[in-house]
Amino acid sequence: MKPAIDVVNVSKVYRRYARRRQFATLKSALLDGSLLGDLKPDETFQALRNVSFSVPKGCTYGVIGSNGSGKSTLLKCVAGITRPTEGEVKVDGRISALIELGAGFHPEISGRENIFINGIMLGLSKKEVQRRFDEIVEFAEMQDFIDAPVKTYSSGMYMRLGFAVAIHVDPEVLLVDEVLAVGDQGFTHKCLDKFSDFRRRNKSILLVTHSLDLVEKFCDEAHWLDKGMSKGEGDPKRVVAAYVINVEDSEENSLAKAEAARVAASASEVPQAPPPDVDGEKAPENPVDDAEHSRDGFKSTEGRWGTREIEITNVSISGPDGEAGHVFQSGDDVKVHMTMTAKEPITDFVFGLGLFNADGVCVYGTNTNLEEFQPSEIRGECAVTFEIDSLDLVEGTYRLDLAAHKADGYPYDYHRLLYTFRIKSRVRDVGIYRPAHRWTFGGGITFKGEA
Amino acid sequence: MFSSLAKLLRYRALIQTLVVRDLKARYRGSVLGFFWSFFNPALLLFIYTFVFTKVLPSTHPASMEPFALFMFCGILPWTWFSSSLLESSNTLIAGGNLIKKVLFPAEVLPIVTVLANMVHFFLGLPILAAFILYYQRPVDPLELLWLPVIVMVQLILTTGLAFFLSALTVHFRDLKDLLGNLLTLWFFATPIIYSADMAPADMRWWLNINPMTHLMRSYQEVLFFEGSFDHQGWLLALGVGSIVVFLAGYFVFDRLRDSFAEEV
Repeated sequence: MKPAIDVVNVSKVYRRYARRRQFATLKSALLDGSLLGDLKPDETFQALRNVSFSVPKGCTYGVIGSNGSGKSTLLKCVAGITRPTEGEVKVDGRISALIELGAGFHPEISGRENIFINGIMLGLSKKEVQRRFDEIVEFAEMQDFIDAPVKTYSSGMYMRLGFAVAIHVDPEVLLVDEVLAVGDQGFTHKCLDKFSDFRRRNKSILLVTHSLDLVEKFCDEAHWLDKGMSKGEGDPKRVVAAYVINVEDSEENSLAKAEAARVAASASEVPQAPPPDVDGEKAPENPVDDAEHSRDGFKSTEGRWGTREIEITNVSISGPDGEAGHVFQSGDDVKVHMTMTAKEPITDFVFGLGLFNADGVCVYGTNTNLEEFQPSEIRGECAVTFEIDSLDLVEGTYRLDLAAHKADGYPYDYHRLLYTFRIKSRVRDVGIYRPAHRWTFGGGITFKGEA
Repeated sequence: MFSSLAKLLRYRALIQTLVVRDLKARYRGSVLGFFWSFFNPALLLFIYTFVFTKVLPSTHPASMEPFALFMFCGILPWTWFSSSLLESSNTLIAGGNLIKKVLFPAEVLPIVTVLANMVHFFLGLPILAAFILYYQRPVDPLELLWLPVIVMVQLILTTGLAFFLSALTVHFRDLKDLLGNLLTLWFFATPIIYSADMAPADMRWWLNINPMTHLMRSYQEVLFFEGSFDHQGWLLALGVGSIVVFLAGYFVFDRLRDSFAEEV
């Protein structure tokens, strides 16, 4: 059977004009005799590179990729809004593109008239719009406002109406670009129902989205684009998994870079003198930060201070694979490694650690003093490892305080919020801490897909 | 190119809807609404009448009385021409959302602009007719048959130029500003508030190469001057020229079409 969409080796090159070109005028173009020369690009940007795929009839095809990966360009090429620089796009049947909803609405005239105009723009005849009119209005939940000028609509109403018109064009091929965020839960469900309905009637959907859930649940096939290139295609679960791993890697890189910058910046801070608030009677019981501190807004930004009699020279966080990293799965076995150097033998020392979530809430704090280790001596270079068997946190970004200080709080080396890591989770639960748990159900309760 | 030209016919309904939208939206919110389409030319006529009968009474020969009516015969179609060009230079940029986000035939936009202005021109015609009756000017009904031909020639010429301008303005935004001044110059270089006969002999040649001269002359002969219509030759030649302009304009438009979605 002929595929609904056939994309063959499509490349798209956008022209980026140099600064000079932006100030060019017709006059200068004529004077230089370079009218046509100036229309040639000085610099190009390749948005798509040899992308090929085909979508069989009745298939829902998801395209994922990070921002700037060429997803929308691909959709525009398929929609025929821009022409690919190379390659070919074949589409069988009427297309409706949900790229920008209500793009053709005129603000001054009523919703009713706009439905007609928009419908005709999208390729319906006046009679066809007439026939679908009530259905469109009902779908958009706009019965009460349909005769008001569109400029009085809220943005949600605007989008709903645009969506309703576009979907009632009844295309063979529907192109959707991240437009499901148009309404409340109820409306989103209605849209998804409509998509399912489409599928049942053997029509094809090309869906561009950042919602990986949607791709996994809804698509028959998925395609992953990265910097304009195909990175993978096929079973949505597999493609999404590959994509997620890649995203973690790049997050890892950016976190590592940011951390290196922070540590470098704080290392250049003048050591010695502890900040006045820290010493004396104000020194808190638990010198490794506690909730008191963040509530006072005391030093809630990152930094480093202390006399460096004991210096924390190196810090790394490693996951179950033993390799240093910044992105972990919830429940991973995670170790925090510190390398310390004591310039002279010291007998009064405490090591501490504080864990904060992105809101600055202290998730956990402890130190060797609280856990009743009796310090005897530290000398030379040594290693301290803090191991968490199961890091049961919900998804999010977390920061670490690490410190070496005296039992009375006098800081040797205090690293405030200098280390960041991210916890990933397949479960979208909320809060901070995920206690190990299980559900049990008795009686007549059953769930779909459960054995 | 001819295949896309043929597609234009398919967009009839779209063009029609958009012209209606344009007209509806234009006066939406004003108290008099559609009546402005009548009032505007009527007010314009009053102004010209005042200036050329009270302020500058002796600028024209007696054969051209009533002078206001004479000017009106030219100003009405000129307004159609100049507004169309001014608006079409901006039409692709204003409609950028459509071109970028919807599968939308861009050539519809300049066509709609020209047609919407043509409707305004038509709405001015009853005013013109009323004044012709008021001054009891003799109009030969047979000559009136030429009127649709003249309008047709102007439509083709204007649309062709609108294609050029709308496509080029996407790349050279300064055309918009240039055009306003150019049209003012063009207005005075065209026999509208004077007759071609009043121009010095050595200027006639210049007037003759101005296509608008022949359009205006045709309107004036049919609607104002007595005697038979004898400008057919020029008019038909201009008709052929207009078709050439139309095709050339569409050719340029078609060539630049792919750049619109990226440039607007």
